[in-house]
Amino acid sequence: MIRSLFYSLSFHLLMILLTILSLPFMLREPIDLPPIVSVELIQISDKTNIPYAPKARKIIEETKKMEEERLVSEQAPPAAKAKEKPDKIPLPNEKKEEKQIVKKKQNPEEVKPEIRQSSEFEKKEIIDTNQIAALIDKAKEEEAVKQKKTDKITQSSQKNSFATGLTLSEEDALRAQIFGCWSVPLGLPYDEDLLVRIKLSLKKDGTIMKSEILDHQRMNRPGQKFYKVLAESALRAVRLCQPLKVPPTGYDKWKDIQLNFNPTEMLKG
Amino acid sequence: MKKLILIILLNFFLINKSQALIEVDITRGNLDPLPIAVSPLHVDIKSETYKEMKIKDLGDKISTIIENNFRSTGLFNPLKKEAFVQKPDIAHLKPRFEDWRLIKAQALVTGKILIKDGKLKVEFRLWDLAAAKEMTALAFTTTPSNWRRVAHIISDKIYERLTGEEGYFDTRIIYVAESGPKSQRVKKLAIMDQDGAKTKYLTLGNELVLTPRFNPTNQMVTYMSYFRNMPRVYLLDIETGTQEVVGNFPGMTFAPRFSPDGKKIVMSFAKDGNSDIFTMNLETRVVEKITDHSSIDTSPSFSPDGKFIAFNSDRSGLQQIYVMRSDGSGVKRITFGSGIYGTPVWSPRGDLIAFTKMRKGKFYIGVMRTDGTGERLLTENFYQEAPSWSPNGRVIVFYRETKSGLKGEGFTAKLWSIDITGYNERQLKTETDASDPSWSSLLSK
Repeated sequence: MIRSLFYSLSFHLLMILLTILSLPFMLREPIDLPPIVSVELIQISDKTNIPYAPKARKIIEETKKMEEERLVSEQAPPAAKAKEKPDKIPLPNEKKEEKQIVKKKQNPEEVKPEIRQSSEFEKKEIIDTNQIAALIDKAKEEEAVKQKKTDKITQSSQKNSFATGLTLSEEDALRAQIFGCWSVPLGLPYDEDLLVRIKLSLKKDGTIMKSEILDHQRMNRPGQKFYKVLAESALRAVRLCQPLKVPPTGYDKWKDIQLNFNPTEMLKG
Repeated sequence: MKKLILIILLNFFLINKSQALIEVDITRGNLDPLPIAVSPLHVDIKSETYKEMKIKDLGDKISTIIENNFRSTGLFNPLKKEAFVQKPDIAHLKPRFEDWRLIKAQALVTGKILIKDGKLKVEFRLWDLAAAKEMTALAFTTTPSNWRRVAHIISDKIYERLTGEEGYFDTRIIYVAESGPKSQRVKKLAIMDQDGAKTKYLTLGNELVLTPRFNPTNQMVTYMSYFRNMPRVYLLDIETGTQEVVGNFPGMTFAPRFSPDGKKIVMSFAKDGNSDIFTMNLETRVVEKITDHSSIDTSPSFSPDGKFIAFNSDRSGLQQIYVMRSDGSGVKRITFGSGIYGTPVWSPRGDLIAFTKMRKGKFYIGVMRTDGTGERLLTENFYQEAPSWSPNGRVIVFYRETKSGLKGEGFTAKLWSIDITGYNERQLKTETDASDPSWSSLLSK
């Protein structure tokens, strides 16, 4: 009797524990946190996100090496050079740290003048591309630590970090791609809920197998004409954008993906 | 036992993982004009000529009007016809979507024209090229001479389908056509389609006409005219051309405007040397005093629900905009910025008030919320005023005077329009100089 009571109690406790542990996965945080990534940086060009993809970065580094070898063949191998550089850079303070995280969204070689002018700190950075590359690596490490500590990440990235689906950079690449394809209809009311959720089933090459508007019943409700137009524009965007920029690996993680289109901030701004 | 618990625990986490769907928030897009292809409408071979009309050309003409309408909004980018691969007749039956996508079009308009029993039948289809499907298809039958209106109605339907807002192309603008030197200015009442076509003069120019305003429910106009130096308020039925005097009003009378139901007009005039706001019931002709204040109250404008009136008053010193209930109670000042505010006009949507602001010798046309917050100045110039809303509350038309001549001795007055976002400012084509525009509601409503 006591034994079974003990089992019952321990199982109940276990269930409570599991619920506490697992419920946060289902939590939906309100969209009030500003995203870390500044839009200007993301929108510079398609290339901006390349350094994120490990494969792409390897290729860039290889081509860099080849170029350097071609130009100064008798100098020391560039790998040694790259190692030296990070030590020369002073440890960034708290504020600078943030900058770096943003910084790493760009391809160092694609930095545009307007971004250079954004702060003195960045101006210094841009002098040597190798230094930036080093900074990027550092920023990446630091960011990983920071990710755990801080809550200041976007809603979707928070969800995804739990889901272990896309990395922030991969997510940014995808987001930047869709930004360019989405023609936002201009007649939208400012004070209505403008969230359109679209679920996509993707093929390995990023083309769309199936697309579904999750709140499609709202399209036919009276007074929600704008919602139909908005949902159609979102669907048009993903269709125009395909093949979507998805990571080369981890198909199982991203074969189903949900895009939350919401132009509210943009229209208000 | 331990194994069992471990398995349960593992399963639980695995299930959780597999259920979590990757979500990406898309909070920005581009505001570039939507690329749209308007294929010339295909004309049925049997209908190429009808009486003396060349129906054959209508396909091109209608598509050009639709293109011009779209271009004027600033929201669409009609693509050049030279790039079109498919012929109009085939495109109308079943467009080859790949061909149209190739020229970067996102939407396609096709159509067909035929004459049946002496009537012109115009069909059109709107295609979503990314989804490869039809978005809307309609047909209109009318007398052949009405083809321009059909083009505007089609534009409205497409605009509505693509933006979610009502269109404003099948509308007209009434204005004061001006000519002659400033000292002997001839002012006639004129009306035109919103694209500047089909101008018609409604008065001869013997008397000075001012402030024509459309009735929001039908094609009636109220305006002021000086007859033997006495201001009179007239009602004019545009369709029949009949005019009627609403009344003689003493002293300075300003800007009569209709109530949203069209049954009353609201205006200001000076009685006993003091200008106040009055309404007049058009059926009973009973005049009611709305404001009673020693200051100068002018330029009243009803909210679209008829519950409020916005007006100018100098009761606080400088001229500012006030809002009150339509019975005159609850007067509340809504503008507090520096400068002088005037000519408030309530948007047909009810969310904004357009106004003219004068500050440091410059004139601004702007919009603000009905409580006076969120003021946005859309355009700045040396002299411009009299904003009037498009029926969907998206565009404002106003007039602007600029100096002309080599030494700037003369001046011209022209109509201009601007989007409420402050973009897409453009001059409207008018045959003569023009002032005091008023935009009609949709004709086909």
